[in-house]
Amino acid sequence: MQRIPTFSKGGVHPDDRKVYSRSAAIERLPMPSELIVALSQHLGAPAKALKAKGDTVMKGEKIGEASGFISSDVHSPVSGSIKEIRKVTLANSVQCDAFVIVPDEVQPADPEETVDWQSLDGSELLSSIKDMGIVGMGGATFPAHVKFSIPKDKKVDSFVVNGVECEPYLTADYRIMLEKGEQALEGAMIVAKIVKAERVIVGVEMNKPDCIDHLKEIVKEKGYPIEIVGLKMKYPQGDEKQLLKAILNREIPSGKLPLDVGAVVSNVGTCNAIYEAIVLKKSLYERVISVTGECIANPKNVLAPVGTKMSDLLDFCGGFSKEPEKLISGGPMMGFSFFDTETPMTKGSSGLLALGAQKKYRSTACLNCGRCVAACPIALMPAKLYRYISNGEYEEAMNTSLMDCKECGCCAYVCPAHLPLVHTMKTGKKLGRKKK
Amino acid sequence: MNKPTLTVSSSPHLHAKADTASIMWSVSLALAPASLWGVYVFGFRSLLVLGVSILTALLSEYLLGKLYKEYTLWDGSAFLTGLLVGMNMSPSVPLFIPFLASVFAIFVAKWVFGGLGANWANPALAGRVFVFFSFTTPMSSYVAPRTLASALPDALASATPLSLSKTAVSGGTLGFDGSALLSSMGYPATDLAQNLSAMTGISAFTIDTFLGNVAGCIGEVSALALLIGGLYLLARKIITWHIPVTYLLSTAILSWIFGGIPSGLGMFGGSFLSSIFSGGLMLGAIFMATDYVTSPISHKGQIVFALGCGFFTFLFRYFGSMPEAVSVSILLMNIFTPMIDRYIIPRKFGDTRAFRKKQKEARA
Repeated sequence: MQRIPTFSKGGVHPDDRKVYSRSAAIERLPMPSELIVALSQHLGAPAKALKAKGDTVMKGEKIGEASGFISSDVHSPVSGSIKEIRKVTLANSVQCDAFVIVPDEVQPADPEETVDWQSLDGSELLSSIKDMGIVGMGGATFPAHVKFSIPKDKKVDSFVVNGVECEPYLTADYRIMLEKGEQALEGAMIVAKIVKAERVIVGVEMNKPDCIDHLKEIVKEKGYPIEIVGLKMKYPQGDEKQLLKAILNREIPSGKLPLDVGAVVSNVGTCNAIYEAIVLKKSLYERVISVTGECIANPKNVLAPVGTKMSDLLDFCGGFSKEPEKLISGGPMMGFSFFDTETPMTKGSSGLLALGAQKKYRSTACLNCGRCVAACPIALMPAKLYRYISNGEYEEAMNTSLMDCKECGCCAYVCPAHLPLVHTMKTGKKLGRKKK
Repeated sequence: MNKPTLTVSSSPHLHAKADTASIMWSVSLALAPASLWGVYVFGFRSLLVLGVSILTALLSEYLLGKLYKEYTLWDGSAFLTGLLVGMNMSPSVPLFIPFLASVFAIFVAKWVFGGLGANWANPALAGRVFVFFSFTTPMSSYVAPRTLASALPDALASATPLSLSKTAVSGGTLGFDGSALLSSMGYPATDLAQNLSAMTGISAFTIDTFLGNVAGCIGEVSALALLIGGLYLLARKIITWHIPVTYLLSTAILSWIFGGIPSGLGMFGGSFLSSIFSGGLMLGAIFMATDYVTSPISHKGQIVFALGCGFFTFLFRYFGSMPEAVSVSILLMNIFTPMIDRYIIPRKFGDTRAFRKKQKEARA
């Protein structure tokens, strides 16, 4: 029997809990009464506001301009008027300016014309990706045009599409692959042209067998040179380092990028957004978000404009069926818990979870059991880092590869002493950087 | 919509089920077959020994918890320490000995260094070694198991097979391997073992040590019962194979190669199987060396640690003067644990040979 590929070091197996929303087809959210479009929806410098209070905006119009190399444009999801510009706190605790937009009663229809991307060359495609404000939609929101700008001295042979969605609960990518698979794969072909990759590979975990079959069918029908690879379930396979190890058996060294091993990785949702940006000329102003968890009355996958308030999403899904203990933006392993339901969603919001009360554990002393070491996909020693950081030895922690930690949460997930490991790593990184 | 009371905390928001207490109680459960066998073959007296050591350990933990305002009684670690202390006692010891051993284990070995997670030595082993060297005679006189009671003369029953053969070898009886030596001295075997021996060709004595029909400490005699507990822990993923398998194999292989030398059998004259089954090796390898707190944190480090345990066990057994091979070896390697953890670290993701080579070239 052929071995099902996965990454080799560490990883954990949480229940996938996708059952709540996996069978719910993508539904479009009715236009909310107000949108809060933040200017920092991406990794890097916040965008610069192009509009002022009282201005009217058109659907898809650029309202924030990239400032700096790693930054991205922001577009208005609706036609309407700007009520005010105010400071908001996003779910991930980032504070930034945001437009509060009141949509018009009547919204323009989406344009029907399509563009033949084959006739455009790589740099034209790249500049329209930049203009459309595309960012990585798996959660990290890294500006796509920066990622796809390949330096002259680097060569890319493979473009890997991330359809893993290894976070429990989330089903947005799953629904995109099922319902918009053609678009996403065509988007992947566009990226392959930009980065000049010879191979295009889509990685999907084996808990989505219907996706694998569906994508394989599309590939066969359209004759794309795309490989679809089923991967053994393991968290955090959706991380680009683990994904490249699983699919290409290449390890990205500390502090390096996929580029350094000749590969580019993009989320399947990003590929879909790229298709829409290039072929349909639609900037990135809406996305699919899974609203799910045991406390949501009707879990759904919602196509919602960027800037929708979480409360609107909750209302659309019937509110809470029971009192939630936590609201989380993103997945349960790396997502951010927040308390204000007026918080807006951003380009990177892949999920809105309402989780019920969980068993409370009391922390005990570290037992040195080694589960964190065995679970760490980067093979760090979280227990050791924890000891250094809690004793204030930040420099020692930095020398013990603290900066390689990507906060995936495997260590804290398995820790029988229930120590706040990820929390400590985050604190340690901040304080360690400050000291330097 | 009513505003619910929401919790805000760092990710991850999901958690595996295990916690400290469930692990400790599972290990105690895994020790149950071996302790029950001990109580069965050595009688009520051994139950008393176990009871005294467990109660003392719990009481000590309770008092220290009061003192330090840390309530750690129900995390199960004190119960486990007490149980292990009791299992490491001869069934016939005066009851003040397990009492002292447990007090030493909890007070000195565990809490003096800061309680759970901070001790450098395995508390149960430290307790055992402390009383062994303080009260050597009562600690090294044993009674015959029920299954051999009528056949085993008192002279032979008062010592473990390992110390009997050690005494004989140092007394000049050469030319026999362990089990042959004991048979020549008149060490009996159960009928079951003799039947199995006829079927398999393995000596009856070895089979008896495997099943637990020998004199010894309450918890160490039955390799079979300990193995059952060990398999349970492996299945529950509470321990990994790294320490027990490496420890057992390294001891057995070294014993097989060099173990025959003291008794005049030369190289490759030692006995592979009986070296695994006899003495406290099984108990030590599965339950004592695998103690989380006092063993290395990475799998690589654990293998080094277990190799050290195996080497010292072999050395003390065949070339040492005292019969305390397993406990002393593990304690000795406990001392090395912080050092192993400092220098033997897992290879970081991406730190491949090719990458290192490239870096070297870049520097040159």
